[in-house]
Amino acid sequence: MKILAIEASALVAGCALLEDDVLVGEYSVQHQKTHSQTLLPMMDELKKLTQLDLKTVDAIAVTKGPGSFTGLRIGAATAKGLGLALDIPVIPVPTVEAIAYNLFAADALICPLMDARRGQVYTGIYDSRNGFKTVKDQCAVPVTEIIDELNTLGSAVIFMGDGAKVHEKTIEESLHVPHRFAPAHLCVQRPASVAALAMQMYREKGDAVLVPADDFRLEYLRVSQAERQRQQAQESGMMDSLAAGTLVKDTLAAKDTAKDTAAADGKKLV
Amino acid sequence: MAQIKEDKDILILGIESSCDETAASVVRGGREVLSNEISSQIDIHTLYGGVVPEIASRKHTERINQVIRAALGAADKTLDDIDAIAVTCGPGLVGALLVGVSAAKAISFAKDIPLIGVHHIEGHISANYIAAPDLEPPFLCLVVSGGHTHLVIVKDYGEYEILGRTQDDAAGEAFDKVARAIGLGYPGGPKIDRASREGNPDAMHFPRGHVGNAKYDFSFSGMKSAVLNYLNSEKMQGRAVNVPDVAASFQQSVVEVLVSHTMDAAAEYHCDKVALAGGVAANSALRKTMEEACRKTGRTFYCPPPVLCTDNAAMIACAGYYDYIRGIRSGLDLNAMPNLPLGQA
Repeated sequence: MKILAIEASALVAGCALLEDDVLVGEYSVQHQKTHSQTLLPMMDELKKLTQLDLKTVDAIAVTKGPGSFTGLRIGAATAKGLGLALDIPVIPVPTVEAIAYNLFAADALICPLMDARRGQVYTGIYDSRNGFKTVKDQCAVPVTEIIDELNTLGSAVIFMGDGAKVHEKTIEESLHVPHRFAPAHLCVQRPASVAALAMQMYREKGDAVLVPADDFRLEYLRVSQAERQRQQAQESGMMDSLAAGTLVKDTLAAKDTAKDTAAADGKKLV
Repeated sequence: MAQIKEDKDILILGIESSCDETAASVVRGGREVLSNEISSQIDIHTLYGGVVPEIASRKHTERINQVIRAALGAADKTLDDIDAIAVTCGPGLVGALLVGVSAAKAISFAKDIPLIGVHHIEGHISANYIAAPDLEPPFLCLVVSGGHTHLVIVKDYGEYEILGRTQDDAAGEAFDKVARAIGLGYPGGPKIDRASREGNPDAMHFPRGHVGNAKYDFSFSGMKSAVLNYLNSEKMQGRAVNVPDVAASFQQSVVEVLVSHTMDAAAEYHCDKVALAGGVAANSALRKTMEEACRKTGRTFYCPPPVLCTDNAAMIACAGYYDYIRGIRSGLDLNAMPNLPLGQA
């Protein structure tokens, strides 16, 4: 089984090639230069350096979300294009779980935190002490909510991800269990971990994890600002004013940051 | 030795996702459309009274493969038959553009097919080559759409001189805003076109926006404001507004400016061929007025059918073809460029 993995869900862009239990190559860059410009050239380089014949690839693994909307779509559209051209399926991998998969047999719970803005984190809780188990599925919640959950679980915890640094102060103030922060090389999204987790998922569940490239859908874990507005309009019977463009946009907009997250992170990753 | 394909047999796969249509097309020899698939998101954006970029990007990602597959299927071709992939790389909504660009690059990489990034406006202009097989540059082209208003001399394939552009709203944008104000909703262009047929275009006079120093530039925001002011004052005085009359009068003022600028430029630059392009070129009053003006002055008028005026991928494949035969290629680092200037794809 040969898996070509793509990771572009946040600040890291990269790809990895895994053949059964051998990590043949990994290319990963976390730099301001844009995913859209770097992802394919990296993959081309990986292909050349490992003399990869693309026809021998069995599946494309890609993070299915959550993450930066724009980053996720660069990864997804690339995966779909590869799947279409090579006639192979996609293995959608949960982003947060893939970060947790950087660690193995850790003596504590694993809690990746991705900064999701608007006071939220994309997070989940995983246990790799005996095999790899999901304690809490990936979700978008305020950081205090995941801290409460970790306090209730009562076990030591390792934090990872770019949100760990962002929320360090809150964690130090309100977390009552022993905790540590993972070092730089384990802290980030890793294309190799996406590949390895996809392989593990395939071994456990077989063909059920293979999705036709055409049908692959991202899981943003968050509706767009416009859709939230629409839900609100629907609830208050104001769909006509939404369509007429006359809906007063204050209630939601005031609560959230005025700019759509997508617009903000789009600039960074494009 | 591999047989060298003649230009007329070259197959280009076009991909377009710059706004709210996901589109793919296979074009042979630059001008023969073998398939032209368009998956429109208009129903969903209508709920919001306009295109929502984040929703457009999400929909493109969901539909992109099906649309490409449908275009190949309808043309009865596979990727192995395709000589190059042409994709819109700008201008447009960045998140939307990225979907087409990323998928196109992945396919180009996986199948080792040359890649060509195409300028969206160049695509619109090229729709005329498909509609009129005998059309060759040079000619004058007015490109009018929801995002663009450009008066361009097409000097040669891929060579443009921009004579004028809008200094504020695009023509289509003005249509959308006025349609919204008179309660016609989105999309404004076709709705105003339809309502105008019942109205009197001389019922009221809205100012024709003129720009002082650049004689071929356009300005539509003043015209739009005049309509809004009119609506407001009628409302203040408790008078009901005649929607078809407002629509027809507004439409006439837009059309008049577009046509007079174009004809003045055609005279000054001695252009005997005048073409329309872009979504607003589907407007019946604009087509009719421009055609009449051309006939009166002995010029040949070109205008693609409506399906090639609004966003589509056949026009992108056509523009890509002329780049392809001139040896132009894009690298795997091709990016989406939301503000790409014409002539720099």
